[in-house]
Amino acid sequence: MTEMLIRPPATDATTGMVEILDGRTWTRVCDYQELTPGRGVAALSAGGAQVAVFRDRSGALYAVDNRDPFSGAYVLSRGIVGSRDGVPTVASPMYKHVFDLRDGRCLDEETAPDGRPAVLRVWAVRVAATEGAP
Amino acid sequence: MTTQLQDLVLVGHGMVGQRFLEAFVEQPGAAEWRITVLAEEPRAAYDRVHLTSWFSGTSAEELSLAPTGFLAEHGIDLRLADPATVVDRAARTVTCGSGAVLRYDALVLATGSYPFMPPVPGHDAAGCHVYRTIEDLERIRDEAERLGPGGVGVVVGGGLLGLEAAGALTALGLTTHVVEFAPRLMALQVDEGGGRLLQRKIEGLGVRVHTGAGTQAILIGEDGRVRAMGLSDGRELAADLVIFSAGVRPRDQLARACALPVGERGGIVVDERCRTRDPHVYAIGECALAADGRVYGLVAPGYQMAETAARSLAGGRDQELREEHRFTGADTSTRLKLLGVDVASFGDAHGATEGAVDVLYSDSRAGIYKKLVIGAQGQLLGGVLVGDTEAYGLLRPLAMGGNPLQTAPEQLVLPSGLAPASGPIALPDEAVVCSCHNVSKGEIRAAVHDQGCTTVPEVKKCTKAGTGCGSCVKLLGTIVTEELEAGGVTVDRSLCEHFAHTRADLYEIVRVAGIGTFSELLDRHGRGGDGCDVCKPAVASILAGLAGGHILDGEQGALQDTNDHFLANLQRNGSYSVVPRIPGGEITPEGLITIGEIARDHGLYTKITGGQRIDLFGASVDQLPRIWRRLVDAGFESGHAYGKSLRTVKSCVGETWCRYGVQDSVGLAIELELRYRGLRSPHKLKAAVSGCARECAEAQSKDFGVIATSAGWNLYIGGNGGMTPRHADLLAADLDKETLLRTIDRFLMFYIRTADRLERTSVWLDRIEGGLEHVRQVVLEDSLGICAELDALMARHVDAYQDEWAAVLADPDRLRRFTSFVNAPGTPDPAVTFVPERGQIRPARPHEDGRILTPALVAGPRLEVHTA
Repeated sequence: MTEMLIRPPATDATTGMVEILDGRTWTRVCDYQELTPGRGVAALSAGGAQVAVFRDRSGALYAVDNRDPFSGAYVLSRGIVGSRDGVPTVASPMYKHVFDLRDGRCLDEETAPDGRPAVLRVWAVRVAATEGAP
Repeated sequence: MTTQLQDLVLVGHGMVGQRFLEAFVEQPGAAEWRITVLAEEPRAAYDRVHLTSWFSGTSAEELSLAPTGFLAEHGIDLRLADPATVVDRAARTVTCGSGAVLRYDALVLATGSYPFMPPVPGHDAAGCHVYRTIEDLERIRDEAERLGPGGVGVVVGGGLLGLEAAGALTALGLTTHVVEFAPRLMALQVDEGGGRLLQRKIEGLGVRVHTGAGTQAILIGEDGRVRAMGLSDGRELAADLVIFSAGVRPRDQLARACALPVGERGGIVVDERCRTRDPHVYAIGECALAADGRVYGLVAPGYQMAETAARSLAGGRDQELREEHRFTGADTSTRLKLLGVDVASFGDAHGATEGAVDVLYSDSRAGIYKKLVIGAQGQLLGGVLVGDTEAYGLLRPLAMGGNPLQTAPEQLVLPSGLAPASGPIALPDEAVVCSCHNVSKGEIRAAVHDQGCTTVPEVKKCTKAGTGCGSCVKLLGTIVTEELEAGGVTVDRSLCEHFAHTRADLYEIVRVAGIGTFSELLDRHGRGGDGCDVCKPAVASILAGLAGGHILDGEQGALQDTNDHFLANLQRNGSYSVVPRIPGGEITPEGLITIGEIARDHGLYTKITGGQRIDLFGASVDQLPRIWRRLVDAGFESGHAYGKSLRTVKSCVGETWCRYGVQDSVGLAIELELRYRGLRSPHKLKAAVSGCARECAEAQSKDFGVIATSAGWNLYIGGNGGMTPRHADLLAADLDKETLLRTIDRFLMFYIRTADRLERTSVWLDRIEGGLEHVRQVVLEDSLGICAELDALMARHVDAYQDEWAAVLADPDRLRRFTSFVNAPGTPDPAVTFVPERGQIRPARPHEDGRILTPALVAGPRLEVHTA
């Protein structure tokens, strides 16, 4: 069976399919090796939601909403991954708000322009062993 | 308590008049006054000091000194083209040209001066001009245009303004002579040796100078126009156009007519508070004869008088405070650039003080002349600098301070290589650093340690120092840094939390250590962490310039901002815009049709940009490669609108078509754009080429701008439009094309090497030590010995250039990222929707029912799923 991986031990050795959990359904995103370290991709969940999936320099995976609450545009997957005070982050390409990738919280402003808390939904993400792999 | 408003009438809205208004409204008693201004000219106050820049494209609006809304905000009634004609002191009324009669409680005369016309026969013939107002300049320009390149212009008077006028005539394409009665040019400011060097330099620019020559008569041709000028030495000088610039006289007629005392040689007599003999009437600026018996023809003393009069009138109830500010005379030091020649004169420049001696350094070969006048006690009294005025900012306050010099005076005039090394030269606190705004070193220091200013711009804002002529900005920077360091403040210029370096430091590290990747730089020189959206794009830009390769290859791809990452510009709804390069703004009809067809076929919104190209909006990431394919197949390439790199080289149509053009501006713009396309830099770069001095391409608002002259190309740098406009500075004049390209190469590479992240050339030029002069020495004289390196880097850039779009299209690996959803290729982003407007699309607003641009899905995306 598959194993949920947030921090794979050795990046290059990791193969398999990246998947996100939508309710009770794992949705395939792409092959782990297709993800560029420090960059993200956008994926659709089984329920049709837009999810931004990132791989950082150490190989860890993160998945959050693709929607930037400050601009309303679905662009977070195109942001730059980095760190602030040791916390893994993504910066929105629109107005450069920085979000904590672990809990989805915006580190720059607490509230979005629509009055709601500026927190992204965090999606469970894993690398599932490819069928036939040892 | 409300009191009846008192009436203030200001006669004259020139530079000093405007300054008076600005100073007046800041006074505590200003609210008790109602202000009316009578102006003779049809426009509000403008910058007469920089009048000549009107010829090189500065518009009358840009020269304007009245900030938008200033008059309205303070309820000032400005009556343009309505001069005062009669003052009745007994009735306290002013009658103006329109016939209106205004009562006054206080009358301020700021009527300025008029050009002196030597009483020679023929001086009022057609073709004779003066050089004082924008209207004068318009007439001169129109006539010079009519005359064309064969015309001859003669300027009477070799003073400051005369030389400016000569420069303008040369720029207008006329053969230009200067006739000066005194034995040297700028007789008031420079001495014999300085005058000789100045003359040689100016003659080197093609202006013919006749010193020691008087104008005897203006000879008139059969058409009633100027034909020639008769000189006192018997010679006859052919002339089509004459400009009289033989000094000015105070405009004191209003005062004379109402029997106010005036000086023997003109000028309304005022006391130290700028009051005339009538306590209700003040006079300020060039029309006034100050308490020290002098008429000041410079703007800085005029400003001081404006301030004095304003305080005297409305400085509050405390009589002592009102009288505290007195005008008892002013420093007439000047530093200027005439026809590209630096000239400065300060203090007792002619050594008139008893017991004064000279220290002189003169190098005719290098074109440098420096003279210091030293007093009996070893104090610096004044001096003359020609060719190199770098030291002016330091020397002038030293001369004003009056203390014995702590250093050997020869050290102050010798070139830096020859002077013995020593520590910084200490200025006393009371030394006036900014003479335009009368700010002392002590006040600048106080702004730093009492008011918390940490940068030159902050100090400028706080003290006004450096906001006049700008000659003291470098000294200002030194004082601010010294003061910060003395206070134990270390200025943190770290790029971000991951690097304790500036961008320029990182550039040097990458260059010297040959580092090829961000990871390597972060591991070896970073402070830990993973980088961020500040340092990653900055390092990506440095690597692009030094390491080369496609910006999306390997790890570099992950460092780029989204615009660079997708080679397109992100718009507010998450769609992108695409800008193909249209070098110099020149495009064939077929090219236009092709772009139109591509936009139509992809349903894109099109708009002409400010940079003479076409922007195609509304593309999704999936569409980008398809749009590029069509553009590349039609011969287009990336316009780099997404990059911190060269955007566009704008051009006017130039001599090929334009009646006035003197060079092929389009050809040069295309060549420049193709040379520097794709060059990654700390911020975007904009450029332009104008085919004549009319400057239709607005080159002086660009990072680098080129303006054609009849003798070559003038290169301007550091201009900016946008939020903080800045006029570019002339770096070098009359360059041939080869020298021009080499100079731009070096300027760009030097900027890329030393600028901070997101620092435009305009800010960079104001920040770097030594400013424009330093850049000039580096790129033209190779003062740092780095030009060979800069040249090599640029040569490599030019050789290695490749179209980033075509390179992506040729590589399936690079193409993979151009999909909206990695697990549903071909599915368009459902959040990117549009509505129609004015026959095109625009992004749908929230709550608007927009339409997805790309063909709608027949069925939902098929995603591979399995249950947990």
